[in-house]
Amino acid sequence: MKLNQRTAHELRDLIKSNETSVDKIYAAVRTQIDKSEKEVNAFVRLQEHNLQDLKPKQDLAFPIPIAIKDNICIKENETTCASKILAGFKPPYNATVIDKLLDSGAVFIGNANMDEFAFGSSTETSFFGPTKNPWDLKCVPGGSSGGSTAAVAADEAIWAIGSDPGGSIRQPASLCGVVGLKPTYGRVSRYGLIAFASSLDQIGPITKDVTDSALLLNILAGHDPKDSTSADCRSINLLNTRNQRSKRSSQNQEIPDYTQSLIEDVKGLTIGIPKEYFVEGMDPEVKDAVMASVAILKDQGACFKEISLPHTEYAVATYYIIATAEASSNLARFDGVAFGLRERPSQIRKNTLVDMYEETRDKGFGMEAKRRIMLGTYSLSSGYYDAYYLKGLKVRSLIKQDFDTAFEELDAIITPTSPTTAFKIGERANDPLSMYLSDIYTISANLSGIPAISIPCGFSKKGLPIGLQIMANAFNEEMLLRIAYSYEQATEWHKKRVNL
Amino acid sequence: MNDHQKQFETVIGLEVHVQLDTQTKIFCGCPNVFGKAPNTQTCPVCLGLPGTLPVLNQQVLLHAIKIGLALNCNINTFIKFDRKNYYYPDLPKGYQISQFDYPIAQNGHLDIPIKGEEVKRIRINRAHIEEDAGKLIHDDAGNCSLVDYNRTGTPLIEIVTEADLRSPQEAYDYLQLLKLTLKYLYVSDCDMEKGSLRCDANISIREKGETQLGTKTELKNLNSFKAVKAGLEFESERQKQVVLAGNRVIQETRLWDENKGITFAMRSKEGSHDYRYFPEPDLVPFTVEEKTIQEIKEAMPELPSEKQKRLISQYQISKYDANILIQDKDIALFFEQCAELCPHTKKICNWLNGQLLQELNTRKNTFRDIDLKPQALTDIILNTENGIISNLAAKDIFKLILDTPQSVAALIEKKGLAQVSDDAELTKLADEIIEQNTKAANEFQQGKQNALGFLIGQAMRKTQGKANPKLIGDIIKRRLIDAQ
Repeated sequence: MKLNQRTAHELRDLIKSNETSVDKIYAAVRTQIDKSEKEVNAFVRLQEHNLQDLKPKQDLAFPIPIAIKDNICIKENETTCASKILAGFKPPYNATVIDKLLDSGAVFIGNANMDEFAFGSSTETSFFGPTKNPWDLKCVPGGSSGGSTAAVAADEAIWAIGSDPGGSIRQPASLCGVVGLKPTYGRVSRYGLIAFASSLDQIGPITKDVTDSALLLNILAGHDPKDSTSADCRSINLLNTRNQRSKRSSQNQEIPDYTQSLIEDVKGLTIGIPKEYFVEGMDPEVKDAVMASVAILKDQGACFKEISLPHTEYAVATYYIIATAEASSNLARFDGVAFGLRERPSQIRKNTLVDMYEETRDKGFGMEAKRRIMLGTYSLSSGYYDAYYLKGLKVRSLIKQDFDTAFEELDAIITPTSPTTAFKIGERANDPLSMYLSDIYTISANLSGIPAISIPCGFSKKGLPIGLQIMANAFNEEMLLRIAYSYEQATEWHKKRVNL
Repeated sequence: MNDHQKQFETVIGLEVHVQLDTQTKIFCGCPNVFGKAPNTQTCPVCLGLPGTLPVLNQQVLLHAIKIGLALNCNINTFIKFDRKNYYYPDLPKGYQISQFDYPIAQNGHLDIPIKGEEVKRIRINRAHIEEDAGKLIHDDAGNCSLVDYNRTGTPLIEIVTEADLRSPQEAYDYLQLLKLTLKYLYVSDCDMEKGSLRCDANISIREKGETQLGTKTELKNLNSFKAVKAGLEFESERQKQVVLAGNRVIQETRLWDENKGITFAMRSKEGSHDYRYFPEPDLVPFTVEEKTIQEIKEAMPELPSEKQKRLISQYQISKYDANILIQDKDIALFFEQCAELCPHTKKICNWLNGQLLQELNTRKNTFRDIDLKPQALTDIILNTENGIISNLAAKDIFKLILDTPQSVAALIEKKGLAQVSDDAELTKLADEIIEQNTKAANEFQQGKQNALGFLIGQAMRKTQGKANPKLIGDIIKRRLIDAQ
């Protein structure tokens, strides 16, 4: 097996036993990129490293090549959210997760492609052209973190980070046959993540196996004083948040060592299967793979029961109201004034300022971004707020209640990650509604703030990967990792590699 | 009824923005300072660069709670922020973080002094926390606009009254008391020239006795306390003329032109603003414990109106004097320190409210700038009261002490400022003066009282002010009457 096909934990062990070195791993990754990147288009831009710079990383914990989604700020490195409007934007700061990765020795391979501002489920809305699915270059890799998952699946990176406002890590992980984890909202700092939907976004690991997922989460997780929405498990403050009061007791500890959850034991665990997730429109091959996985976990001693999450049918509508509302406000700062693209109007229509705004935003944003900005602006407008945004917030709490109730007697919930395997490029590009339905199984976890993971659980007859989603209660990533790891020990799916 | 007999009433409500005095800005670690070179007090957070997040400055919250309590408001312990969305180049995020449905303080009041012993209650609708925007500088020469983001993220509290004010003077008085109250809390310097206190006014008129509100205009660009009063006076009069001419007041925003002394309609914006308020997802709502509010309440300083009442009853001074004293918290404190040392509280007031303010004015100092000890002032007062020095000498000594702090007794000694009160010496002086001014002496003897003043003046001149004016007057009088 080539070095770039290995997992991060294998490479770490090889470095420790002096069987390989940082520069050799980097070289293997670059060789793969030279070979396959032209077809895959996983990266928006690559970072070059010289060997002298890599040497000192050798002694750090994880001097492993990693792909960074293009919406996570790296200091003095162009970061664009795959949008024209941020062309040339070099943030003067690192995202908190970037600082943490640098401390661990990470070698940044490049900015991974994505749907523009994470608006999409196929990585087709990128200004830099679509990313292809390494398992079938005619298919999409999923999205919005499709560049990150394709890079890992194509062995162009050992692991990657993505962001997940509604399934953007898990759905492409599922379509690319890799492991993608969306942590609990608040588990990982969002500082430096260019916001799509602030109340939904989380950064998470994209890896080749569950062990790497735990290791990367160890690096990423933790309270950040620069992010007020990141959970502080130890703070005793004058200002007690409501949020903190209602959190479970396990939260009053430091961030756990997630590798402690890598145990092959699901005996006695109760896992729910929501009936609302197995309905029409679902690819039978996906259903079969998921049910086969259930059987494996049953063999390992887990108990399954059918449950109901009654508000599931409203999740997609609720999500698109809340997420677009937040996005319309978050994207207001791209106005041509202080950074990014500025277009000069060719003629004065209203006044120079308004013309500049309109021209810049018209030229800078793609179709899907414009569509979402308009949707969000509409639902926040006076006269519509109560009927859309406010109602969306109310339904969101009902969806969350569904999960709260379920987790009173469950350790986890298992569902498919995506209703289908990877679809053809262009197939849904002109049909936003069918595209929005790609996230039907992943959205609820974001609306509820709970953690969820997608792991490979089979392949279709055409050879496309299928993903299994596991969800657990807030701040219980350990449960996800434990079940995922047990399952992984009994299967070989995660060992399959594309040869490009 | 004839139009000209119509009696109008002016109705005013004020929206006051106050910059809070904190070490750092509201959502980032940048220093909260005024007057630095453009765009030097900024960071990625207050510049609204993509990916950055706000973190609330706790001091802002504590200041805001104090203000709410001082304005007799209910404090919302549920702290929540909202986004107010609009585009303008001085607003780098495209939205302002503000408070919409849960303002920090609601339903309060401020009692402003009116005639005599009365006060008028001005109701406070709400006070909420928000961030300030940057500043646009229009460079006509360069045909461009420049943005200074130093002010971006300066903490603000917006205080909104009900439409309870009935004249420009009341609006002025309200602002003065509000400013004084905030200064007592040490939460802002409330300097309108620096923009740390800014005031917009809603004004309408209606016929006396009418209960419905008239159509209002919003008045902006009121950049000083005087401008608030003058702008409102103009606008009130303008509205009256509009109505008397049989027209209707149009609801619009008008700007006060200080130089021309008029208000004019601001170019109307395209359509009306829809700010699309929604909860700020980057700041998690939280609750402040009642205990914390209670602690802040207990640590509240005495407020201006309370202090005024206490000074009047404790020191038997007039309302007029007390009102001047409380205008500067430090002077009021100094007054009380003097009152400990000397029973002549009225005299202390006279000195502080007269001579001291005059000196501060000519020296362009505040009370904090000078080094005046309570003992020094009371020594001057006691020496004057005991006839050791004349009023004139007292004023000289006061100035000298402000220049260089020193002992009053030593100064009297050194400068020979003690009055001559010795009877024999003064009798001798009186005789000399009478002899040298026979005309005036005769006039007095013929009943012209004014002549005595002239003679006393001559005696003072001769002794360079050292003669005790009361004693010398008595003696001259006695000698002249005796001589008759």
